[in-house]
Amino acid sequence: MHKKNTFLQKLKAWVNGEDTLLHADEYIAKRKQPQPKQWLRSPSVEKIKSNRALYSFLCVLVAMVFITIMMVVVSELPTFGNASNPGNNEVMERYLEKGIEETGAINFVAGMILDYRAFDTFGESNVLFLAVICVLMLLRRDSKNISAAEEKEIAEDEALDAVDHKSILQVGAKYLSPVIILYGIYVILNGHLSPGGGFSGGSIVGGGLILYAAAFGHQSVQRFLNFRTFTWISVGCLLTYFACKSYSFFTGANHVGYTIPKGIPGHILSAGFILPLNICVGLIVACTMYGFYALFTKGDI
Amino acid sequence: MEHINWIHNIPFFSIFLAMFCGIITPLLKKGSIARMVHTGMLCVVFCMSVLLLLNVYQNGESFTFMMGHFPAPWGNELRAGPLEALMAVTFSAVMLLTTVGGASFIAHDVVPEKQNFYYIMLNALFGAMLALTYTNDIFTAYVFIEILTIASCALIMAKGTAQSMVGTTHYLVISLLGSGMILFGVSILYSITGQLLFPQMKEAIIQLVASGQYTFPLLVVTGFVFIGLAIKSALFPFHSMLPGAYQAAVPTSSGVLSGLVLKSYILLGIKLIYSVFSVDVMLQLKIIDILFVFGLAGMVMGSVYAMRETRMKRMLAYSSVAQIGYIYMGIGMASRIGMVAACFHILAHAVTKSMLFLCCGQMVEDSGGKEQIYYLRGAGFRNPLAGIGFTVGALSMVGVPLFVGFISKLYFATASVYAPGKMAAVLIVLGISMVLNALYFLPSVIAIWTPVKKENETQTRISVSPAFGVCIVAFVFLNIMLGIYYRPFIRIIEMGIILLQ
Repeated sequence: MHKKNTFLQKLKAWVNGEDTLLHADEYIAKRKQPQPKQWLRSPSVEKIKSNRALYSFLCVLVAMVFITIMMVVVSELPTFGNASNPGNNEVMERYLEKGIEETGAINFVAGMILDYRAFDTFGESNVLFLAVICVLMLLRRDSKNISAAEEKEIAEDEALDAVDHKSILQVGAKYLSPVIILYGIYVILNGHLSPGGGFSGGSIVGGGLILYAAAFGHQSVQRFLNFRTFTWISVGCLLTYFACKSYSFFTGANHVGYTIPKGIPGHILSAGFILPLNICVGLIVACTMYGFYALFTKGDI
Repeated sequence: MEHINWIHNIPFFSIFLAMFCGIITPLLKKGSIARMVHTGMLCVVFCMSVLLLLNVYQNGESFTFMMGHFPAPWGNELRAGPLEALMAVTFSAVMLLTTVGGASFIAHDVVPEKQNFYYIMLNALFGAMLALTYTNDIFTAYVFIEILTIASCALIMAKGTAQSMVGTTHYLVISLLGSGMILFGVSILYSITGQLLFPQMKEAIIQLVASGQYTFPLLVVTGFVFIGLAIKSALFPFHSMLPGAYQAAVPTSSGVLSGLVLKSYILLGIKLIYSVFSVDVMLQLKIIDILFVFGLAGMVMGSVYAMRETRMKRMLAYSSVAQIGYIYMGIGMASRIGMVAACFHILAHAVTKSMLFLCCGQMVEDSGGKEQIYYLRGAGFRNPLAGIGFTVGALSMVGVPLFVGFISKLYFATASVYAPGKMAAVLIVLGISMVLNALYFLPSVIAIWTPVKKENETQTRISVSPAFGVCIVAFVFLNIMLGIYYRPFIRIIEMGIILLQ
């Protein structure tokens, strides 16, 4: 630490944040010394920097300012559900009036996110994929981020898990997880007919898998979902999505033939690409959910 | 079957090719294969972008590309003109040189079994930057901002050290603050305009301003969107995440993040100014003046911080803050020539800063991993190529004629004449900032060319990987070429900005 005689040096120390790094021993030693009473109140930089009250006050102040601004904005926004709102324009009209005819999906939301604005949803499923890859990068055990002690700890944990019976959880999971997964599959497959779709159904399936893994251990899930299958499912689904949408974007933009039958609205096999896309998105979401759980608890899939 | 205009498909092909390579990379077993796929993708995108640039420049046109079967207000859309094409060319060229030149850092710093994950992130990052460049839809822009955020955090943490975790966390928190503000802005903007595509939104905003409706929400929204973009592109008061992150990351990541990722947010901002908020509305709302003031502050403060640094990577990070300040100053002048200068500076800084980070990383590695400038004395003799690269980059940043940095500063000074009331401020701050730049860049250049005598150690020549050598030579060549032969680029940018309006 440098001397802090002139104002400039003090400012430098403050900007560097040197003074916040007090060692515990130094702090205790300093605290025990009788403090000479200062009659002149000199503004000390350390005091300002370590003044938690000031920070809390500023936090509350900034938050209050933002809350006020947001409140005023919200109060000036168009009333919810008003027929003359700017949102109720020709865009909404066409989505609602011609949605079934143009996309073949009875669920307008599915038609919107997977047909009218499918590019955004492609981006969103990539966000999920990248998030899980990111967590893999961070948490998957490799030669660098794990020590022998940690490995021993994990082995102990697994041994403890094996002798732990968890009867209530196991019985519950045994009957519940198939039902949950089945319901998730229903939500995915019915995405174009009723509320639901890939994102919601996929997270239900993922929840079922997590319940199963929590009750019966990772080994039992690894019988059908190991790292290899996990990669293949995620990549396969994204590639299918990619292929369908490139075909549709390419033909749509260049006005060349596009011959995907839309089927009869209301039937399960209808709505062109929306059903396969929902299945792809659902599988990606389910894998991502389970992948997060597995990586955070065990460090591997 | 109608005639297909293949040139108009190039933006779509580039984005989807980058995303495709990102998706298939987990299936590749080895990092080296992933690197080849990435390099090949960049080469293809570079060639396509050059083709697109030549085509739109010759025809003097910009076009929109319908993503799907539904026209503008209903479906997504891409838009490409000379400016977008030039930026795509720059991004792909700089990305190619940085990742090829920095491949040895990746092979060295990232754990072998995770190298292909690193390349997934690079591919996705590139795809997202292209999407931000070409998008004509504000929600698409937001989605790809998310991808860019995730990918940049992954690139910082790839090294896996404790320091890089701290850097990543800091970067993540500040980036998410920016994304959150942009999302708030976008959602409120949607509820007062009812549109998401740029051209329709612009019409709606002009109508709102003319009729005097929703004045306060419009002001807040504009503020949120531009402050969000400023946070993401590390404008002065929001720059605190840069030094820690760039210091801890692999040099390749630092080069890509500083040279390109920050610029893609600024480019989106420029597109928003012209095609959504329109210059008149921006001037009326005074947002552009706020950006101008913060730009000026950043120019000086970034350099002041950089002068105080003893570690070279942190110094470069603070220098980025100053350069971002230059760009925002150019935008804030609110004249076309100011904007041209800002766009040219995006180019100049991308070319220069990526090279500086690569050379700096190489010199630090040759000097035994010590980052302080003190230990880098003589690094230029240990690795002459990196030394020359660093010198050229430093001179360019200072603004010495013949290098690209000079041209953009010249244009900034020229633009100030056309900005009434801002001329004195621009010229004075530009002068101060250039002197400060010289005050921290030149000592480090002198330091790396100061020979040190070591008694116990014989001077061992460090072998330079051929890829690094080729890339640094290409960077130096590019720098000097842009510094001498700059007029065509200025013309392209001018045409692009006129077409954007």
